[in-house]
Amino acid sequence: MALVLAPVPPVSDWLAELDALAKRSPAFFVGRPVILEISGAALDREGLRALVAELSDRSVTVMGIEGAGPGLLGDGLPPPLAGGRPVEEVAAPEEAPEARVSVSQAPAPARSLILDAPVRSGQTVLHLDGDITVMGSVASGAEVIAGGSLHVYGALRGRAIAGAAGNPEARITCRKFEPELIAIDGLYRTADDLGPVQRGLPAQVRLEGDAIKVAALE
Amino acid sequence: MAKILVVTSGKGGVGKTTTTAALGAALAQAGQSVAVVDFDVGLRNLDLVMGAERRVVYDLINVVNGDAKLNQALIRDKRLENLSLLPASQTRDKDALTDEGVARVMEELREKFDWVICDSPAGIERGATLAMRHADLAVVVTNPEVSSVRDSDRIIGLLDSKTVKAERGETMEKHLILTRYDPARADRGDMLKIDDVLEILSIPLLAIIPESMEVLRASNVGCPVTLNNPLCAPSRAYIDAVRRLKGDTVPMAVPSDKKSLLNKLFTRRAA
Repeated sequence: MALVLAPVPPVSDWLAELDALAKRSPAFFVGRPVILEISGAALDREGLRALVAELSDRSVTVMGIEGAGPGLLGDGLPPPLAGGRPVEEVAAPEEAPEARVSVSQAPAPARSLILDAPVRSGQTVLHLDGDITVMGSVASGAEVIAGGSLHVYGALRGRAIAGAAGNPEARITCRKFEPELIAIDGLYRTADDLGPVQRGLPAQVRLEGDAIKVAALE
Repeated sequence: MAKILVVTSGKGGVGKTTTTAALGAALAQAGQSVAVVDFDVGLRNLDLVMGAERRVVYDLINVVNGDAKLNQALIRDKRLENLSLLPASQTRDKDALTDEGVARVMEELREKFDWVICDSPAGIERGATLAMRHADLAVVVTNPEVSSVRDSDRIIGLLDSKTVKAERGETMEKHLILTRYDPARADRGDMLKIDDVLEILSIPLLAIIPESMEVLRASNVGCPVTLNNPLCAPSRAYIDAVRRLKGDTVPMAVPSDKKSLLNKLFTRRAA
């Protein structure tokens, strides 16, 4: 991306304006590629040469010139450019999240993901192709998302999302049930909704119709 | 070749700087050559706790930018000649730290000392990630309360993913120092229990530092607590921690109720 300067006649006034801007933020042009758009400036070759020199005195390096008439450019002047497009803010191209989440057409054999380390606060583990088994704990502020079931052999203190690939049969099991949020197949309950049921105890969570059921893990 | 140790926590105000100074001084007292490095650019404190604030000429940013040599910026402690401080800059901010500059400074420090202790700023941004980036081992400082524990958990996750060691597929050695532990409050159940903290963080315990006026007193006079009063309870806990870091097996002293602790001190002094 380059900055475009479009001088308008009279050029001396325009330069004064530029100086005022440069005074407000002296480092504004340093290291920035600048393109000169001169279609509105009505300049001849000498005028253009003088303008480029003036700009270079102000540490503005012109890397190309757009909108120059035929024969105007030549030795000592920056090369012509064409086809530049104005941009607003550059928005990062969004990957379609659905593409990532979608289940493959022919269901591959479900694979499970086994984590030997605890899932720490702030970490997200996403595994949509099958179950996730966590040998340690899932910390408060951590998030584990499985396409299938979720097995936590330590304490479940974070967010547990099972059946995320559209599987109402998925379950969540853990040895110590203290989650911030649980969800199966899109249905979720926060810790507040859940109340004290099985809190701190081994538990399993599953869907019965449209209701999330928490039960003791025998 | 030095071991680079980062003292980190996520949360602010839990005792990272105190711990850095105390561990640094205790290691130096044990005969090791030590550099303590303040990474809290813009909010530097380690110079105050070390009592070197009036001797700062060049700082970490100057060395990172190549404006000063490492030797010009290192401040040798007046009490312990094998203890040096690399102060942070107070006038700049963390964006002034460059990846390459920090890597170069850490390599240079590694050549010169036995131990390099990096005092991380709070947070999980640039300053904190650069402080931990080149570490060989980490000391996670935590207070026995929920917010501090969760922030420490977050930091442990970063230690296991954002450090050079982790990126090479090696395991980062991590230790927990539990600070501001108040036995009286623990007895009343007004504080997270040690076992609960250890269960949540699941990293080995290096020391339990009891809440003590001695820590504040030492900071106020600009002296690491282990140097200011080596016999007080927090100092003894830090000194034990250093022995454990050096590979000794030292039984863990859990601070008990205040009265018995004072009694113990008195009997010790009388003897």
